[in-house]
Amino acid sequence: MALSIDSSRVTLSNEEILRYSRHLIMPEVTMEGQKKLKAAHVLCVGAGGLGSPLALYLAAAGVGTLGLVDFDVVDYTNLQRQILHFTSDVGRPKLDSAIDKLKAINPFVQIERFDTLLTSQNALKIFSGFDIIADGTDNFATRYLVNDACVLSGKPNVYASIFRFEGQASVFGAKTGPCYRCLYPDPPPPGLVPSCAEGGVLGVLPGLLGVIQATETIKLILGAGEPLIGRLLLVDALAMHFREVKVRKNPECPVCGANPTVKELIDYNQFCGIRGEEGEADPNSKIPAIQPEEFKRRLDAGEEIFVLDVREPHEYQICNIKGYLIPLGDLPKRVHELDSSRKIVVHCKSGVRSAKAVDFLRQAGFKRVSNLTGGILAWADRIDHSLPKY
Amino acid sequence: MPIKVLIPTPLRPYTEKQAVVEVNAHTVGEALSDLVGQHPDLRKHLFSEDGKLRSFVNVYVNDEDIRYLEKETTPVKEADTVTIVPSVAGGR
Repeated sequence: MALSIDSSRVTLSNEEILRYSRHLIMPEVTMEGQKKLKAAHVLCVGAGGLGSPLALYLAAAGVGTLGLVDFDVVDYTNLQRQILHFTSDVGRPKLDSAIDKLKAINPFVQIERFDTLLTSQNALKIFSGFDIIADGTDNFATRYLVNDACVLSGKPNVYASIFRFEGQASVFGAKTGPCYRCLYPDPPPPGLVPSCAEGGVLGVLPGLLGVIQATETIKLILGAGEPLIGRLLLVDALAMHFREVKVRKNPECPVCGANPTVKELIDYNQFCGIRGEEGEADPNSKIPAIQPEEFKRRLDAGEEIFVLDVREPHEYQICNIKGYLIPLGDLPKRVHELDSSRKIVVHCKSGVRSAKAVDFLRQAGFKRVSNLTGGILAWADRIDHSLPKY
Repeated sequence: MPIKVLIPTPLRPYTEKQAVVEVNAHTVGEALSDLVGQHPDLRKHLFSEDGKLRSFVNVYVNDEDIRYLEKETTPVKEADTVTIVPSVAGGR
């Protein structure tokens, strides 16, 4: 399927012809194809793990206009995988960092920056200036937003997502193909699938998937090869297995089906069941919590408190506050090791897993248990600066 | 009929880290039942309280989504693979 990209008014200078010579001499590209790349407008949502290799290769390939959406700042922990950003960029807005590198690779690329969160209020307007949208975001609400906005705008959505060492890739929202909601009509409840910060991710994995996204984007622009429309590519990087399953267009899809019920963008946070910020203990859930300062005060006052650490053994090795280690997944089997008559403070890395542990323990009849807000990271930040953060 | 069920990463903590679980079944429904029978912690991640397969978890026989076959009554034969593919969102 070829998009209708008008390249009739595009010319390539002698410099550009030399730059792209390795493209031009291939029958799948040629001058005609390179002009289409130059005429194309591609929006990259997210300049992080997936967005980095995606934008780098699209710039190198000569995509004429790249839009970048990201409101975030480069963090030290990003450098393990977000290869657009260097050590010297830590603390800078991701878009500043990204644009420097992309322009250095290819000064012929025009870049449009959107220093903003993508929302239901701005998505359609932002998408209107682009031919293809590539989704490099990291949460379900935005993925459903991008999908719906692509279907409503009639633009293809080049999708990839990653988890630890597995990834998925597909092309949604092409005119006759399925959309993301055909594949997954409903999101998982919040907190069920950990983020990269909680679950970890193999640094190279977004590299692999981001380049697949760039490849699919280029194929769509050129009208070359067989795009991943109606196909879900499943990548297991540890086994280095690539599998494919079929994605069918759902005739009853509420967004792209024959009788759509979603005709405008909705509140995706509500759709995904998110209240307040993801990553913090849900204030609606009434999980008893204790701040690090209060916990320290009580320990210093000699209170007898049993500290339960629900992280994994390899995390305990990085740093610990000498808690009793029972990884969250083992808690149901090992709950008998805990004494419900004692005061227990539960912690993990940032307070998310420990909140689940406290919830579980209360349901198991423990009455004197509370969650250390912010986890060992908050403890390292505010109480004991000698502890490494990770 | 011995059938292999492929377990995706997010669910491996509940199958003692196994990526492939062997089950005995003639249908997808039986395969999943055997699977959660062997690994009960998996049940709440695959099924809601009323016993229905969760909508953000897709199940394939070879490369076909069971929603477009016969759902849980889809027959499985020897050398078929049942793959579980949950929704993931990581990108950064």
